[in-house]
Amino acid sequence: MKRAGMAALATGFGGSGLGSSKAFALDTVTLPFDNGERPLVKYPQKRPMIGLTSRPPQLETPFSVYNEGVITPNNAFFVRYHLADIPLNVDPNKFTLEIKGKVDRPLTLSLTEIKKLPAVELIAVNQCSGNSRGFFDPRVAGGQMGNGAMGNARWRGVPLKTVLDKAGVQQSAKQVTFNGMDGPVADKTPDFIKALDIDHARDGEVMLAYGMNGEDLPVLNGFPLRLVVPGYYGTYWVKHLNEITVIDNVFDGFWMKTAYRIPDTPCSCVEPGTAPKATIPINRFTVRSFITNVTDGAKLKSGGTTLKGIAFDGGKGIKEVAVSLDDGKTWTPAKLGKDLGKYSFREWKLPVKLDAGMHGLKSRATSNGGQTQPLEASWNPAGYLRNVVETVHVTAS
Amino acid sequence: MKRTYSLALAALAALLLGVSTSGLVIAWAKPISYKLPDETAKFMPAPGVEIVQNNCTACHSSDYVATQPRAVKSKKDFWQAEVTKMIKTYGAPIDEGDVGKIVDYLAANY
Repeated sequence: MKRAGMAALATGFGGSGLGSSKAFALDTVTLPFDNGERPLVKYPQKRPMIGLTSRPPQLETPFSVYNEGVITPNNAFFVRYHLADIPLNVDPNKFTLEIKGKVDRPLTLSLTEIKKLPAVELIAVNQCSGNSRGFFDPRVAGGQMGNGAMGNARWRGVPLKTVLDKAGVQQSAKQVTFNGMDGPVADKTPDFIKALDIDHARDGEVMLAYGMNGEDLPVLNGFPLRLVVPGYYGTYWVKHLNEITVIDNVFDGFWMKTAYRIPDTPCSCVEPGTAPKATIPINRFTVRSFITNVTDGAKLKSGGTTLKGIAFDGGKGIKEVAVSLDDGKTWTPAKLGKDLGKYSFREWKLPVKLDAGMHGLKSRATSNGGQTQPLEASWNPAGYLRNVVETVHVTAS
Repeated sequence: MKRTYSLALAALAALLLGVSTSGLVIAWAKPISYKLPDETAKFMPAPGVEIVQNNCTACHSSDYVATQPRAVKSKKDFWQAEVTKMIKTYGAPIDEGDVGKIVDYLAANY
């Protein structure tokens, strides 16, 4: 059964009249769940990435990238779109951002004008709501990603507050909506528009970003301007942002009212396979950690070695990462790396001694807010928020 | 005037300008024309594939279908729910008479 998917892909590669497609499939990788075979694909401005879909493009970061450093390089940063009409031809000299709605002075700002405003920088994780959806059990429909729909970058831009203050938000304002240049193909498909509460939008941290790791944003990561919502799932980080509207009600567009909702329960979860009674919009990241320098199924030399990895949460910062070599029976605190801010990946490492035999290696992060990763995975119908303690199985000899 | 964005050009410009951690607030604002790789994934050749191609590929590539989980309780229910979602929430203009054929094709091949 597993071969069926590959056969379909192979048909594509062997097809006629697709000359320039040769560069498309470099190789394949298999994500560790049913039907997890994916092509490695090469896109402009990107290194080989795990190809989930081609139109609109969705690219996953190969997990080994997270072991290269605490910052995810632009050319390895994941890509996620919803709608296939994406802006591929952009003239930054003609680009404008509109700020309108319940404001005293509607604005149309050029990129040059935005870049002239006092700039701020922030290191922050962006993670897709459905990161790790492929591991859900029972499986759920949607983008079937492994753990590579996350990345940590140094964003440069202007606080959203600056431009909202310039425009003069009116007393009646309740929310702010964000629309980008990408749009639907079919005219009845709802345009991708997201909303934040006015206080959140004006918190000084939500950013209009034009820079990423010292460069312009890559095209597929939102060139020339995107929203950065620190600690919040990527669904709010609207790419190719060109329209901001202050409204005096709660936005009821599809992508807020119907999609990207999580169960309104204390655990944000429900009994596997069941539907929640009530839902709320997805919001902050759950706390997560990963071992990055040992892969599942690895054969290691017994004796001393150092485990390393990353941890992050929705904005409180990481207090502790504990490591277990015995499938969760005993735990040892790891040494945390440099603190790059509460929204960043936090590196950790721990020297360990591995006896000969099989080991289930685990890492478990706790945030400064006291949240910790659960040992058992919880479930929700959309496959969001995964943060169970992950296990890396290794054999030492 | 459009110019094809080239990585070589970018690298050269970066070298010449001496890219630093201060970011590129330098006036290097060339129009960008990005070329996506050709789409290569195709629907499984099987009875009903034309209807699926005609109804689905306007909005998304076939890998959206091919990467969905196979190990689901009922393939028919899974794909019925997906096709319904495409029509009801994404406004896909699919004829009522085609729905059953699309679901059958998807359940049989994915």
